Parts: sequence; structure tokens; C-alpha cells
Amino acid sequence: MSAPLLEVHAIAKRFGGVQALADVSFVVGTGEIYGLIGPNGAGKTTLFNVISGLTAPDAGSITLEDQPLTGLKPHRIAQAGIARTFQNIRLFANLSALENVMIGRHARTSAGLVNAILRTNAQRTEEAAIEARAFALLEYVGIAAHADALARNLAYGDQRRLEIARALATEPKLLALDEPAAGMNPTETQALRVLLERIRAGGITLLLIEHDMRLVMGLCDRVLVLDFGRRIAEGAPREIQLDAAVIAAYLGTPAA
Amino acid sequence: MDTFIQQLINGLTLGAVYAMVALGYTMVYGIIQLINFAHGEVVMIGAMVAFSVIGALVGADTGLSAPIIVLAGGVVAVPLCIAVACTMERVAYRPLRAAPRLAPLITAIGISIILQHLAMMLWSRNPLAFPQILDNRVFHFGAATVTSVQLAIWTVATLMMAALSILVYRTRLGIAMRATSQNPLVAGLMGIDINRVILATFALGAALAAIAGVMVGTYYGIAHYTMGSLLGLKAFCAAVLGGIGNIPGAMLGGLLLGLVEALGAGYIGDLTNNWFGSNYQDVFAFIVLILVLVFRPSGLLGERVADRT
Amino acid sequence: MMSVRKAWSVPYCACIGMALIALALAVLPFALASVGTTWVRITNLAILFILLSLGLNIVVGFAGLLDLGYIAFYAVGAYVYALLASPQFDIHLPFWAIIPLGALVACLFGVLLGAPTLKLRGDYLAIVTLGFGEIIRIFLNNLSAPVNITNGPQGISRIDPFRIGGFDFGRGETFFGLNFSGPIKYYYLLLLVLVAVIIVNIRLQHSRIGRAWEALREDEVAARAVGIDTTRMKLLAFAMGASFGGIAGGIFSAMQGFISPESFVLVESIMVLAMVVLGGMGNVWGVIVGALLLSFVPELLRHTVEPFQRWLFGRAIVEPEVVRMLLFGLALVLMMLLRPAGLLPSAVRRRELARRSNLP
Repeated sequence: MSAPLLEVHAIAKRFGGVQALADVSFVVGTGEIYGLIGPNGAGKTTLFNVISGLTAPDAGSITLEDQPLTGLKPHRIAQAGIARTFQNIRLFANLSALENVMIGRHARTSAGLVNAILRTNAQRTEEAAIEARAFALLEYVGIAAHADALARNLAYGDQRRLEIARALATEPKLLALDEPAAGMNPTETQALRVLLERIRAGGITLLLIEHDMRLVMGLCDRVLVLDFGRRIAEGAPREIQLDAAVIAAYLGTPAA
Repeated sequence: MDTFIQQLINGLTLGAVYAMVALGYTMVYGIIQLINFAHGEVVMIGAMVAFSVIGALVGADTGLSAPIIVLAGGVVAVPLCIAVACTMERVAYRPLRAAPRLAPLITAIGISIILQHLAMMLWSRNPLAFPQILDNRVFHFGAATVTSVQLAIWTVATLMMAALSILVYRTRLGIAMRATSQNPLVAGLMGIDINRVILATFALGAALAAIAGVMVGTYYGIAHYTMGSLLGLKAFCAAVLGGIGNIPGAMLGGLLLGLVEALGAGYIGDLTNNWFGSNYQDVFAFIVLILVLVFRPSGLLGERVADRT
Repeated sequence: MMSVRKAWSVPYCACIGMALIALALAVLPFALASVGTTWVRITNLAILFILLSLGLNIVVGFAGLLDLGYIAFYAVGAYVYALLASPQFDIHLPFWAIIPLGALVACLFGVLLGAPTLKLRGDYLAIVTLGFGEIIRIFLNNLSAPVNITNGPQGISRIDPFRIGGFDFGRGETFFGLNFSGPIKYYYLLLLVLVAVIIVNIRLQHSRIGRAWEALREDEVAARAVGIDTTRMKLLAFAMGASFGGIAGGIFSAMQGFISPESFVLVESIMVLAMVVLGGMGNVWGVIVGALLLSFVPELLRHTVEPFQRWLFGRAIVEPEVVRMLLFGLALVLMMLLRPAGLLPSAVRRRELARRSNLP
């Protein structure tokens, strides 16, 4: 494994009577594509919410390049270099695709109130750069033709791509994708795979929740399996497929 | 000490009224997460209708006894208020059930303005006075006093709240209401007619509001087309204090708010060296509201921190 | 590359249109004055309400925070001016010192109210702001004893008009043979402020900050996930809106020469909200249209409702004031039911429609 980028240590989270996560630890190396799988309700999305700061863990710690992230607010975590997408796509529905990505530049730009009101040279330069960068990202994910369309009017697959473009706009070190292939047909999934490979080749580490096993097995370097909030296996896709605990989790334990 | 007991008595009376109105807010909020801003106007309409009926009966010289006349006012006011509330739900809120949250809140404000000014056209710009028919007996406790109107308000409010509790916790409609507030989608799948349950909720709230209107009108001896807005707001504060969506919470919140107001108005002068007087009474409800929302947004009895978006 | 702001390269005929509008606005007060000075006053108040609506638009339209106590900031601005430029304390500071101070104080109140409450969900915030508005009004009404600060319900009178050296906005003067009355002077001043406020609004909307506001209006969770400090942005919107309200309040104070708590009741907050909603939340031009409509329609009603009823029924049954309020209420309800985006759909939507029609 390459140098560690994200280190998740002993995370626990309880919702009322449900132990959503218990003692979950793993390390994602720089440049890896790391998969996170498990049956429904295994705690994958909760783990994402903890990593991105939307949910506070009861115990445990998270570091990104040795910088502690635990307890930080979501926007600080985004600034630190983790971007994410959502399982049920969360775009700024009534804004254009371009504006969605431009908003993604927020954390990496600085013009404030006074600059905006006076429309200073610095502010105009920055605005032009934001727009150029946003447009380039739309081209990168392949939806530049729809730059001015409202996000909510985009085709489903394009909405997924837009969400990825918006996340990339924050210049993440780690891009966390929550079921990016959900609802896609095989052709779209294949195109998504190509896109994700390209993103990795561009130097961004990927953390991926996915139910499409063919995609996971073909794309991920390593996979972590969760069941009922616990880590039950970790390893290369090939090993995972043969792991008895994993098979039991997916197919159910044979009756004793 | 006497001031204390007197303010306690006044506070409980006011609190009983707040509790009745707060129930309407809390039930509607519990089911469709809407702050029914126009609920206070239903209280006002209840008071106005009852005053008209009472005035007419007194004018007609029927020889009926005073409590019967007041009762007749209430009997007419309740169905009318139910009709107003159900119309409101059907016309202005139901079409917006799936809309962003601000939309129904803004319509509710609009409805509130419309109802107020219709009432003003129908009745008068000036306050209606309660005819002097009740022989208001006064009972003494040391230097503190309780009037028969206050006793009547306590009795009626207690009966109403007991009846509501039985309805919500012991009947099929009550089960349907609670099921809908937990999860409307699933309740619908279980064969509950959501629209009817919501209408029933509005109707119940309106009935309580109408009675509260009669109470508060009789208590102060006056009814005015603007009386609903401040009363409604304070009742909403009471509902939040108790935990919005929580029925026992609304009752508790109402009583507590009544006490806070009465005791606050009674003692603020002494406490602040007469810098502030009882004319600041109306401020307490809002201060309580802000404090609750900042420190315990789920209210006193609310468990579920309502954060469904 | 397609650009969002290339719309600035305005076509030639649009320039002529703008020049004509400017000319019309320049001669308007004299035309109005020939009908009656009241109409100049009414126009001035309408412009003040446009200022207020544009301020509230930042909070409600851009950031999506429902503020039902907005008039409180107007009140703060008005009272700061009135207290520092009237015989009340016999202080007579110049307006260029007090107006920014009023904006600052209003802004401070905005932050004071916003800091603890902006974490709350939208509808709770609405009620808290409403409560805040009421608190301010109750204090204005009662802070006359034991120490007389606000003079209670009687309000403060003989407030200084704006003065720059010998130039007094309260007095009529004749330049170039034209009679510039007090209201006409204020009209030009208000127009100047309005242009500035419109520019600020539009620039903010198309800036990093404005986009952050729109993001948090659209989806707060997503906004946080892309690195926007939503609490800070909300506070900023609240503070900006409050300052605009404070400035408008100061001008109101000077222009009227008299203020009392009567002018800052809940209905006024709702009226400003109605203006924003009617025109189209978030759209600067829509908000202006909404404010103009709701300012002038009541005046028209005042002159038509009574005669019409006399003609119809032989006597006046419904007062114009009531009709006005009923219209406000109906406007709010019908707009939400039928055209939630407002009379003028937002620029984004229009742009998209245009784009669609250009497709091959």
C-alpha cells in the first residue's frame, strides 16, 4: 500500500437502540480506489456521514494526511480535502449545472462581501477563473453541453456526473462517492468506470460505496466489508469474494 | 405572598386558554409539520361568533340563564370555526403539502390577514363588549380572589383536555392521527385515509380554539378582530415550550407560559427596581420562545428533535 | 465558452431604452408634483419600500431564510436617526454620520438575533424573528419611563431633515426656474440610494457570496459538504439585510420628520414580505415590480374603491384600507398556490428557457 491518506480509527456510532457503527477502522492509501460494501443497513452511509462531518461519531478518530478531522464541521472537512457525493443525489436543483460547479469552488476562493460589492479587479479575475475552472470540469465529466441547464432538468446519469464535477471543484485529496452507479444501465456504468479511472489517474484517491459488484470488483484496489456496523473483512476484491464471513453476510448464515 | 397567589390564579386561567390554543398548533404540526399561522384567527372568530349569539340572545330577552346563553354562544361558534379551519386546510394547505416548507407558511400568513379583515368587515373595527349578564361571584383566599368565570374556565379546560386525551389515545381516529404523524406514507399504505385524518386534526384544533375564544372573551369581557394574532403567537410559543408535536407538552407549555406571564408581570417591577413594568408582559412569551429554541429546541416533553426536512 | 455574465454586453437599443427610463425617472417628480405633492410623497415612500424589499430579498430570496420581523431593523435605523437628530435629547448630528451608524446598529441587532437562532430550521426562525419584531416594538412603546428614551407611543417629532452645508432637504428651493420642493429633493436622493442598492444586490447575487447563499437556500447539507460555512453565510445575509433596513429607516425618519412605534408593526413586516414574494423571491427586478405594485395599488384603491361603491350601492361599505389588506392576503395565498416563483420568474429559469429555444 502507498502512503496512508485517510486513517479511520475505531469509529462507533449509536442511534437510539441501534449500533450503526462499532469499532470500524481502516486506512486508505494515497492514489487507491478503496471500496466499501455490505448489505443494506450495514452502516456504509453512516460511515460516510461521519467521515464528511455530517454526523458526529460517539467514539474514534479520523485523520487525513495526519491532520485530525474528528469533530470538525463539514465545511472544514471539505476544506481539508474530502469531497463527497450523496446516495440520493443532492444538487442545487434550481441553479444551472455551471453554477452548481462554481459553488464547488467556494472553499478554494476568497472574494468577500466588499470585493463583490466594489467588483474589484481581484474579484473579477477570480470570478473569471472560477467560471473557467467550472466549465473545464463540466467538460471533464462530459456534460459541458448542458452547462446552462438547470440541475433538476438534467438526465439522471448527467446529474450523477454533475455531482462528481461539483465535488472535484473543491480540489479534494479524497473523493468519496456514495453509490455512484445506482440506477445506471450497463453502458452508463461502463462510462462511469472510465471516468473514475481518469480521476484516479489525475491523482485523486477514491472511496466508493457501491452495490454493483462487477464495478467494485473491476475497479477497486481493496475493499472493506461492513455488516451490522462491524468490519467483517478487508482485502483485494478476489480475496473478498471467497471470504466465508462475507458470503454469509450477503447470503445469510446457513441455519444451524 | 398574596400577590403571589393572586398571580398564580390569574396565570392558571391564562395558561388554560393558552393550552387549549396550543393544542391546535401542536396537533397540526405533529401531523403535517406546518405552523398554522392562521390558528389564532380561528380563536378570534370563535369569540366573535359567540359574542354575536350571546348579544342576540340577551337582546331577545329570552329569560334564559346566563351560563346557558354563554353555552349557546359556544355551541354555535364550534361548528363555524371547524368549517373555517377545514376550508382553510382544503383550499390553502392541502395543495401545498409537497411544496417547500416556506410556501405553506406564507399562505398561512395570507389566510390570517384575510380572516382578520373579513372579521373586521363583518363585525366592526371596534371591540365588541360582553353583555353584563354573568353575575361574577368572587371567592376570597386571604387577599387573593377567584371569580366564578375563572373557575368555569378551569373546569371546561380540564374537561376538554381530558376528552381530547381519550380521543387521541383511546379511539381509532386517535390511533390514525398518531400513526399519520409518525409516518404519513406508511399510515396511508395501512389503509388510513390521510386527508380525512388531517381534516379531523384541523377540526379538533378548531373546536378547542373556538372554546378558547369564548373563554378568553368572557374572561376579559371583550372581543376584537385583532385579538387572535398575539394570542395565537403566544400559544405557539407555549406549544414549542412543551415540545411541538407533543400533546401533553402543549398542555404543560400552555400552563407554564400562563404562569410565567402572570408572575413575570407581577414581579418585574420589583425585580428591576421599577425600570420595567407589567406593560412588558407580552415580551415574556417571546423570550421564553427564544430561550427554549436555543437551549432545548425539542421542548420540555419533546423527545424527537423534529428534523425531518 | 458560454458565459453567465456576457449579458452585460447590452445591445444598442437596450442602451436607448435605459436612457429613456432614466429621463422618465428624472422628470417624474415634476409631473407628479403638477398633480399634487402628495403623489411625490407617495412615490418616495414606494421607493423606501423598494429599498426595504431589496434588503429583505437578500435574506428571504437569496439565502432562503424567512424573516417575519424585518421591520424591526427599519425601526432600529429610524430610531437611531431620530434620537441623534432631534430635540428629544437635543442632539443634532449630521446625517452622514448617523445613517451609517444606524446601519451598523441594525446590523448588530441582526447578528445578535441571528447568532443563536440561525441554527434553527426555517419555520422556527420565522417565528423567532416575528417575536423579535414584537419585542422591539414593545420596547419602543414602553421605553418612555422611568427614563424617557423613545417617548413611547407619542413617538418622536421635529426630526432633522438631511442637510449638507446650506442645502436643506426639508426646504423647497428654486433652481433653473424649477421649484424643487422638499419631497422632490428626497426623491432624487432616494433614487440615488436605490440605484446603489440595486447595484449592490445584483453584484452580490453574481458573486461567490451570492452563490453560497443560493446554495444554502437550495440544499443546506450539500452546501456544507462542498465547503460552505453555512452558519457564517446565514449570519452574513441576516446582517446585510438588517443594514439595508437600518439605512432605509434612517431616511424614513428624516423624510417624515416624525416617527412612532405605529409605523413598525407586524403588518409592515408582512407587507414587505408580500412585495418580495409577489415579484419573485431572489429576482431583483421582480422584487422591485412587487414593491411598486403593492405600494401604488393601495393608492389607486383609495381613489377608486369608495367612489365605485357609492356608485354601486349608494354608500361606502368597505373601506379602502380593508380592501388593501385583503389584497395583500390574497396575493400571498394565490402567489404560493399558482405562481410560487413570482410574477417575474428568476433569471436562471428565463435563461434556460431561452437556451431551450435555441437548440437545433
